Amino acid sequence: MMNIGKHITLACIAAAALLAPLCASAEEHGGEGGEKELAIGDIITEHIFDSYWWHITTYGERHISIYLPVIVRSDGGGWRLFSSKRLAHGETYEGFRIAEKGEKYEGKVVGVNAAGEVYRPWDISITKNALALMINSAIMLGIFLGVARWYRRRPKNSTPSKFVCAMEMLVMDVEEDIVRASIGKDYKRYSPYLLTAFFFILINNVMGIIPIFPGGANTTGNIAITLVLALCTLVAVNLFGNREYWREIFWPDVPLLLKAPIPLMPLIEFFGVLTKPFALMIRLLANIFAGHTVILAFTLLIFITAKLGAGINAGMTVFSIVLSLVMNCLELLVAYIQAYVFTLLSAVFIGLSRPEHHVVHKK
Amino acid sequence: MALLTPDFGLLFWMLFNFLIVFGVLAKFGFPVITRMVSERRDHISQSLQAAEEATKKLENVRQESLAILDEARVRQTEIIKKAIADGEQIVRSAQQKAVEETEKQLEAARRSIDLQKEKALSEINAQVALLSVDIAEKILRHRLDDREQQESFALQMAEEAENIRRKRSHKR
Repeated sequence: MMNIGKHITLACIAAAALLAPLCASAEEHGGEGGEKELAIGDIITEHIFDSYWWHITTYGERHISIYLPVIVRSDGGGWRLFSSKRLAHGETYEGFRIAEKGEKYEGKVVGVNAAGEVYRPWDISITKNALALMINSAIMLGIFLGVARWYRRRPKNSTPSKFVCAMEMLVMDVEEDIVRASIGKDYKRYSPYLLTAFFFILINNVMGIIPIFPGGANTTGNIAITLVLALCTLVAVNLFGNREYWREIFWPDVPLLLKAPIPLMPLIEFFGVLTKPFALMIRLLANIFAGHTVILAFTLLIFITAKLGAGINAGMTVFSIVLSLVMNCLELLVAYIQAYVFTLLSAVFIGLSRPEHHVVHKK
Repeated sequence: MALLTPDFGLLFWMLFNFLIVFGVLAKFGFPVITRMVSERRDHISQSLQAAEEATKKLENVRQESLAILDEARVRQTEIIKKAIADGEQIVRSAQQKAVEETEKQLEAARRSIDLQKEKALSEINAQVALLSVDIAEKILRHRLDDREQQESFALQMAEEAENIRRKRSHKR
């Protein structure tokens, strides 16, 4: 009950936060639309993909952005650190610029070497997504270290505050219903990783739905983030897999011809080891990416129909707001479900990597 | 396909962030929370068990006190019964004693009355005898003026006295 209530509250906050800035920015885009064609694709791309600065809003002709540090290694060796403001509006700084649309490495920092060739330097810039990850990680650390500190400071029979209670409920829900139910007796070893993964994804998802700074970055809809999460699951599954698990991969219970001269079944099984985390990676990415895209598309409907006259625009605005609201609520659900699914499947894969001996013999 | 090509920088920062968050929370975050919750669960179950035991003990104590009460009640009735019996016994013996005492006193009284009566009778007898002797004397004096008569009378008297004495001793 508390969970649902919390979700509804969050949905209301998210919806209110979404509507306010979007309505404000409607005028700005509408004014622009009169002069030049609205590049829908560009707007969606700008919001969804990573960026070297964090565009907050545009007020009249003024762009309000947070410029982030660019950290690149030049061709001649040596790291360069400078603000991304120096690269804004296509400017070049110390031989670095951001590749134009249609160019190779589009949207990334590229360098031009002495021979005049364009190359992609080692680039560990703190981009919008990197900053969002740091903010979200800080939020997560704050929440859980705070809750843990509360527990350390109080005797064990005292009543937790509402927030501690809610967090405890979420943590225990994940630990009992996902981790313990899927892994079994050794679940304690894996529960910190799975809990971290669950809340990391959940917090990033929810922060992604909030449209204003420090939310709104599409972190879990970026392949680099989901790749790292999937790799961690891959490691967790295979690092402590027992003998039975490896035997089932390389010497499964199939007719000899399927595994002896040509290792057909072992190959398929080994491929399965890789496809499981791959599916996790793509699932999370696709869900969050699609959610962001759809919400943006519905919101942009207002500006697309601005040219079609006030009546149609007004009608479409109402339509768009209603649909965005519905989509945001849906995305909130998806945010939880995707965190849940990722954790549940990771736990199930880990559970499968530790088959009990007698279970195998029963088969 | 920018969507499916992971960016190196972001990979680096993601790995960095995630590992830090994981490391810190795996050591200081989640285990503390789950341990405290399980400790609390143990504490609650222990408390429940203790409460149950206490209830059981209380029930035992109640049963014991009831048993003690019952026993006391039984003893009470016994004591009362015995007291009543004792009282009755005492009354009965007292009554008997009183009856005996009375009888004894009555006997003594009767005996003393008899004694007194006899005494009175003998006194009366003596008085009567004296009186009759006096009267007889007077009568005799009056009648026996001559000698002859005196002598016959004396003889007769002696004879009669003899008879009387003989009769008396006979009676006894």
